Amino acid sequence: MKKELVKLIDLSRCTACRGCQVACKQWNELPAKRTRNLGSYQNPPDLQWNTWTLIRFQEHEKKDGKVNWLFRKDGCMHCTDAACIKVCPTGALYHTEFGSVSMHADKCIGCKACITACPFSVPKYDPETNKIAKCDLCYTRLQVNQPPACVLSCPTGALQIGAKDAMIKKAYARAAELGGDANVYGDKFVNGTHVVYVLPERADVYDHLPVDPKVPLEMIIWKDVLKPAALLTAGAVVAGCFLHYITHGPKTPDDETTCEGGNKS
Amino acid sequence: MTNHYIDLKNSDCILIMGSNAAENHPIAFKWILRAKDRGAKIIHVDPRYTRTSARCDYHVPLRSGTDIAFLGGMIKHIIDNNMIQEEYVKYYTNASQIVNPDFSFKDGLFSGYNAEKRSYKKDTWTTMKDEAGIPIRDYTLQDPHCVYQMLKKHYDRYTLDMVSSITGVSKEDLLLVYNEYGATGAKDKAGTECYALGWTHHTVGSQNIRAMSIIQLLLGNMGVCGGGINALRGEPNVQGSTDHAILYNILPGYLKMPSGPVDTLAKYIEKYTPKSTDPQSVNWYQNYPKYTVSFLKAIWGDKATAENEFGYSWLPKLDDGKHYSILHTYDAMYAGKIKGFFAYGSNVAVSSPNSTKVRRSLEKLKWMVNVNIFDNETASFWKAPGVDSNAIDTEVFLLPAAASMEKEGSQSNSGRLVQWRYKAANPPGDAWADGDITMKLMDTLRELYKKEGGAFPEQILNLKWDYRDASGKFDALKVSKQINGHYTQDVTIIDPVTGAKEENKKGETVPTFAKLMADGSTSSGNWVMAGSFDQKGLNKMAKRGKEDPTGLGLYPEWAFAWPLNRRIIYNRASCDLEGKPYNPNMKLLEWVGDKWVGDVPDGPAPPMANKEKGKMPFIMKVDGVGAIFGPGMVEGPFPEHYEPLEGPLAKNLMSGQSLNPAVTPFKSDLDKVANADSKYPFVCTTYSATEHWCSGFTRWQPWLLEMMPEAYLEIGEKLAKSLGIKNGETIKVASIRGELKCVAMVTKRLVPFQIDGKTVHEVGMPFNYGWRFPEDATDASANYLTPSIGCPNTFCPEYKAFMVNVSKA
Repeated sequence: MKKELVKLIDLSRCTACRGCQVACKQWNELPAKRTRNLGSYQNPPDLQWNTWTLIRFQEHEKKDGKVNWLFRKDGCMHCTDAACIKVCPTGALYHTEFGSVSMHADKCIGCKACITACPFSVPKYDPETNKIAKCDLCYTRLQVNQPPACVLSCPTGALQIGAKDAMIKKAYARAAELGGDANVYGDKFVNGTHVVYVLPERADVYDHLPVDPKVPLEMIIWKDVLKPAALLTAGAVVAGCFLHYITHGPKTPDDETTCEGGNKS
Repeated sequence: MTNHYIDLKNSDCILIMGSNAAENHPIAFKWILRAKDRGAKIIHVDPRYTRTSARCDYHVPLRSGTDIAFLGGMIKHIIDNNMIQEEYVKYYTNASQIVNPDFSFKDGLFSGYNAEKRSYKKDTWTTMKDEAGIPIRDYTLQDPHCVYQMLKKHYDRYTLDMVSSITGVSKEDLLLVYNEYGATGAKDKAGTECYALGWTHHTVGSQNIRAMSIIQLLLGNMGVCGGGINALRGEPNVQGSTDHAILYNILPGYLKMPSGPVDTLAKYIEKYTPKSTDPQSVNWYQNYPKYTVSFLKAIWGDKATAENEFGYSWLPKLDDGKHYSILHTYDAMYAGKIKGFFAYGSNVAVSSPNSTKVRRSLEKLKWMVNVNIFDNETASFWKAPGVDSNAIDTEVFLLPAAASMEKEGSQSNSGRLVQWRYKAANPPGDAWADGDITMKLMDTLRELYKKEGGAFPEQILNLKWDYRDASGKFDALKVSKQINGHYTQDVTIIDPVTGAKEENKKGETVPTFAKLMADGSTSSGNWVMAGSFDQKGLNKMAKRGKEDPTGLGLYPEWAFAWPLNRRIIYNRASCDLEGKPYNPNMKLLEWVGDKWVGDVPDGPAPPMANKEKGKMPFIMKVDGVGAIFGPGMVEGPFPEHYEPLEGPLAKNLMSGQSLNPAVTPFKSDLDKVANADSKYPFVCTTYSATEHWCSGFTRWQPWLLEMMPEAYLEIGEKLAKSLGIKNGETIKVASIRGELKCVAMVTKRLVPFQIDGKTVHEVGMPFNYGWRFPEDATDASANYLTPSIGCPNTFCPEYKAFMVNVSKA
């Protein structure tokens, strides 16, 4: 791995100006859709194929009865144990050298398996192209040593990107500085995410934020047990064929399908 | 701003009141967060809990239009608890001066009031002087007629109970803010105030700011790092437009607009040049004649001569006592007295108050020109929903303009920092830069005048008008140099002490306003900008040095700040009488040996302890000190709480005067008022959202529209519940002047107030919307609701406090 990066989102500095939301659309050339005001500043109401990052607005009543307006920049967490990659049948989703999760759009077949698998409900389906879409941490920018568009646009320093260890250290220092319920979110599950939050409130206070995100068990069984086992089986079959070739000479047209079983599983 | 954006980081306590800084100044807000990182307390006092409140240590809700009551209570608290910076108050303010014994205040009125004219004669609003003309002072601050004691007496009525009852702020919250902010009275602490349209948009707008100025002087917070009174200007160049005389009553550089009776240059100079015999007062405005004549030379060039009073008679004159604000303009237009109208870079049908009156006024015009980057509700007022186009004769011209990034020029930010900006792209299609439009218009007018003549030909034909570049386009650099000023002839100056000779050549740019003269040998279109070029013509506004020698964020080599690259004005007040900084950790200035070291000082004179040559720090004031007693205002030398034109109370709890006594309401049939009217029971305020720009040309930007797609009214949960209104449903909002339909945004962020023992609800909506775009938009401009009335000092409209009803649609 070239250089594992982490994007740090310090929500204690976020003013919900939504510069990041627009910068993301601008850099990634994502169109706007006509929306309605549904009684909230949050718009569009959720992540969608043309909205890869979104500020969530949440009115939270504190213990003393006073309101606390919470802002959370939502988007792909870029997991190390990425359920989307595990479940993707075509290899469209993959880890980059930065640890982020990127996508070969041409390989996506629109099966939506990643949508079901993602513990953060991030990938979104575009029916027009029959493909999913999500944040790729501005992979093309990272490749030329530029920060993601959202980070570049952030006026307050709520968004930063840097070497994984340094960012995590920074996150803990900031949470300690803030005190109270402030905590770091992202480094302790799915083998660590490449987006890490400093949350001023406990994780369970935030809407749409899983407290203990996991790669679904069936994905682990599929990707980490069954699929390797299947590949192993396939490999054994190939080896068997080769041995058969060595011992029995070239196959005849009648034997056409015998070597492909493993790959079709 | 008396200070500058970066300096916000140096503050120990930031009071954001009258501003929604995080939403309307999102980039600048980072400096506030830097202060917070240093341990500063950030306080937001605002009717609504906003994105700003979310990042502050405290949000304290107060009823719209009651800021003076809140601040008056703070003045009382500071005095009662002796939280003042005593040395500063004694020597750097007029607290020690003795007020005219005939000055009085009773039941909301100061002495000299004329009820019929709704204005004051100010002859008793004075302080006493000795035979030599020097102010009489009592440095013990004990004389019952000294400003300090008068101030104490005036605000004695602003008790916690009274203030709480008017503002709806709990006594606990009042004490919390008063104590936090009052603590900045310590010599080594600084508190700053960030305000914006939340303070100016009231019938007491200017006095809101005056009240805070008094607090800042009491606490020794003016002229210091992390202090000051800081107006966060609402668009990138609004400071520039103010400096260059956007208002009808000033000329560029805040020179006064002459009125009819002041019909000679001599009279004008006599009237506006202040005189002081106090040897310790710099009285900088004694240079007023130099700035006036240099301005006239810039306007009329060689045509301005001593013989013709430098063309003074060609300047337009205001009718004495008459006002020409936008409010007065629409009133006259509605009365059919105005034929033509330039709505230049504006969308007045959405942005001006009382939209019905504005739109009906436009119908009375013969012609209107709108210069804009998109069509808007103003240019298309004649085809608005419900308007009978056939009944309107107004001929409308919509000229496509270049956007800000499509032209070169200077841009002044709130901190008086004037930065040169280059053109990024050519304007599309037929769009022109404003400068080119103006040049073309004036060229055509001049041709017509030459051919056909016309009224006041001297003004048009004598104008110095050579601002084109080689290709015939408007040349922003030429105009900027003209604003800076030139030597109009060879000038040799011989130093009276050293005998050194200084040769200045005709045509060279003037390097500082200290070189401007009243004899016609210099020109300057705006004296505060003199020094934006050096004598060789180097454009200092384009400088991009990143050095910060003081470590205080002054960045003196980055662009140019007026005046004279001074980053914090009145900076000599940051030091004691000996010239030592009050806060040794923030050495903005220090008197070392025989000179000031640090920021560009407010003049080279030694500090006040030097009885022979020392000067007082407030050099722009005639008496050299900060004005706690401020007779310059039209409604009184001490700010007093008056109710908005429309409020929930039938009677002002402070006095028998409900509305600001110096305000004269308009009388047209569309200027209806509903004060304390049960049909309109809710306080309403208006504002702009982060995602949109003022009257909303950003609605044409799909990404921004997607985030904030349509008009909404923010309404508290309790009120919504009592009205049976659900979040997201369409509702009707009505004032006595107009009504509209929009989306209800039911929120926990608006809470009811307890006012005079009764529950009062406040609602609010953004003014960014109109029918013209997007295509499916409704005619939901918030200014249908607002009244045509404003502060009598500036006529800034009262957009921030009026009464409405809300119901299910």
